[in-house]
Amino acid sequence: MSARRIFARPARFAAIAPYVWMVLFFLVPFAFVLKISLSQTAIAQPPYEPVFDLTAGWDALKSAFAALSVDNFRLIGSDDIYVFAYVRSLTVAVTATALLLLIGYPIAYGMARLPKNWQAVAMVLVIVPFWTSFLIRIYAWINILQHDGLLNQILLALHLVSQPVVWLSTDSAMYIGIVYSYLPFMILPLYATLAKMEPVLEEAASDLGAPPGAVFWLVTFPLSLPGVGAGVLLCFIPIVGEFVIPDLLAGSNSLMIGQTLWLEFFTNKDWPVASAAAIVLLVVLLLPLLLYERLQKRQLEQGR
Amino acid sequence: MRKVARLSRFNVASLALGLAFLYLPILILVIYSFNASRLVTVWGGWSLRWYHEFFNDRAMIEAAWMSLRVAVSSATIATLLGTLAAVALSRGERFRGRTLFSGMLYAPLVMPEVITGLSLLLLFVALNAERGFWTVTIAHTTLTMCFVAVVVQSRLGSLDRSLEEAAMDLGCDPVRAFVAVTLPLIAPAIVAGWMLAFTLSLDDLVIASFTTGPGSATLPIRIYSEVRLGVKPEINAICTLVIALIAVVIVIASLASKLSSSQGKSAAPL
Repeated sequence: MSARRIFARPARFAAIAPYVWMVLFFLVPFAFVLKISLSQTAIAQPPYEPVFDLTAGWDALKSAFAALSVDNFRLIGSDDIYVFAYVRSLTVAVTATALLLLIGYPIAYGMARLPKNWQAVAMVLVIVPFWTSFLIRIYAWINILQHDGLLNQILLALHLVSQPVVWLSTDSAMYIGIVYSYLPFMILPLYATLAKMEPVLEEAASDLGAPPGAVFWLVTFPLSLPGVGAGVLLCFIPIVGEFVIPDLLAGSNSLMIGQTLWLEFFTNKDWPVASAAAIVLLVVLLLPLLLYERLQKRQLEQGR
Repeated sequence: MRKVARLSRFNVASLALGLAFLYLPILILVIYSFNASRLVTVWGGWSLRWYHEFFNDRAMIEAAWMSLRVAVSSATIATLLGTLAAVALSRGERFRGRTLFSGMLYAPLVMPEVITGLSLLLLFVALNAERGFWTVTIAHTTLTMCFVAVVVQSRLGSLDRSLEEAAMDLGCDPVRAFVAVTLPLIAPAIVAGWMLAFTLSLDDLVIASFTTGPGSATLPIRIYSEVRLGVKPEINAICTLVIALIAVVIVIASLASKLSSSQGKSAAPL
C-alpha cells in the first residue's frame, strides 16, 4: 500500500470536529431561519406558530407543517419598502463594483509593471489597510467628510466652493466609503492575473503596429478577464448585503436590504419577516455565490 | 534587449494616487488623535489628552477587554478546527458528505454578515442560551475557521508530499509523520491563519451585534454607537490604539513566517 493511502485514513478523522461544528453552528441555524421565515408574522418573542414538537407524534407534526405559511414572503414581494431595498442594493452594488474596477484596474496595472522586488512591496502596501479595522476606515472618512472636515476646508481654501458642501448622509459619501473599503479586494485578483501575463505579448502587438489603445483593448484586457471576474464577484457579493457603510455614510431616506433587515430585526422586532428577507437576499445572491465558489475551487486546484 | 518593466507616467501616477487614497485617511485619523483641541477639525497642538480620556472610560475599557478575550479565544478555537478541516480536505480520502463539508466551509466566506448573525441568534434563542462572551466567541469561531481553513489548505496544497511519504517509508506512523514533518512546514500558514482570525474577530460589528446580550458589548459595538452620535476625538485615540495593536500583530506574524521559512530551507537538504 502506498504511503499516501495510509496517510489518508487518519486525515479523514480530522474532519469530525470541524464537521460537527459547522453542522451545529452553520447548517442548523439556517434551518431555523427557514422555519421562522415560514412562521406567522408576529411582533412578539418566540415561540412562533407553528411550534414543532417532536414528542407530540406524527399527526401533530403534520398539522404543524400544514400551518407553515408563505405570508412573509408574500409581504416582502408586495411591500414597496422591501422591493425598493432589493433594487437599491443591486443598483448600489453594480455602480460601486464598476467604480472599483475603474479605479482598481490602473493601480493593479501599475503594480504589475513595477520591477519584481518592488511588486512585493506594493502588494504588502495594498494588503495592510485590509488588516486595519473596517469600522475604523469608515470612521476615518467621517472625519474627513464632515461639515467642517478636511475636505471642505481644502475646497474652501482653494476657492473651489464658496460654502461647505454637505458630504455626509449622501450617496457620494457612501460610494467613497465602499470604494475605499473594497479596493484591495479588487486590486489583488487583478494584479495576480496581470503579473502572470507575458510582457512579450504586448510588445509583439505594438511591434506589429498596434497603437497603445489597441494593444490594451485587444491584448491586455482580454487576457486579464479571469482576474476581472474574480475581483467583480469578490466585491459585488458582500456589497449587496452591506450594512455598516450605508448606515454610517448614506442618508436614511433609501435603505439597502442589509439595513432593512437590521431595522426589521432590532427596531420592529419582527423576526419572521427579517428571516424571510434574509432568505430572499440569499436567493438573490445564489448565482454569484455559486460562480464564486466554482472560481475559488478552481484556483485552489491550480495551486496544487 | 533586456526586458525591464516599462513604467509609463500613467502607471506611476495611478500607483501614487492609489496608495495615497488608501493611506491618507488613516494617517489623518492618527494625527488628529494627538490633537489637543476638542474640535476634531481645528489643530490645537500635540497632546495625549484623548488617550488619557480613553483609559478613564470604564465602559470603553470593558468593551475593549471583552473584544480582546473574544478575539483570542475564537481565533484559537478557529485555528484548531480550521487546520483540521484543511488537513481533512487536502489529505483525506473521499468521505461521505465531503461536498457538503467544503460547501459549508466556503459559504460563510462570502455570505452577508447580517444573515450569519441572524441565523446564529435564532439558534441561541431557541437553545435558550445566555448571550454574551460565549455566544459571540462561538459565532466568531464559525466565521473565522473558514478563513483559517482556506489559508492552511492552500499551503498544504503547495507542499511536496514526498516528504511525508519519506517519513512514513522510514517507519513513522501517519500521525507522527504529520506532527514531525507536515506540521512544521505548515506552521507559518497556521500562524497567519490565527492572526487573520484574530483581526477579523476584533473587527466584527454585525455578527457581534446579533449574538451578544445586554451589558456585554464588544469594542466595535461601542465605537459604532458613539460614531452614530458624531465624531469624538476619543474615538480617534481608540482607533489609533487598535491600528497599533494590529500593526504589532502583523509584524510578529511576518517575523514568525520568515523565521520558519528560513528553518524550512536549512532543513530541506536533509
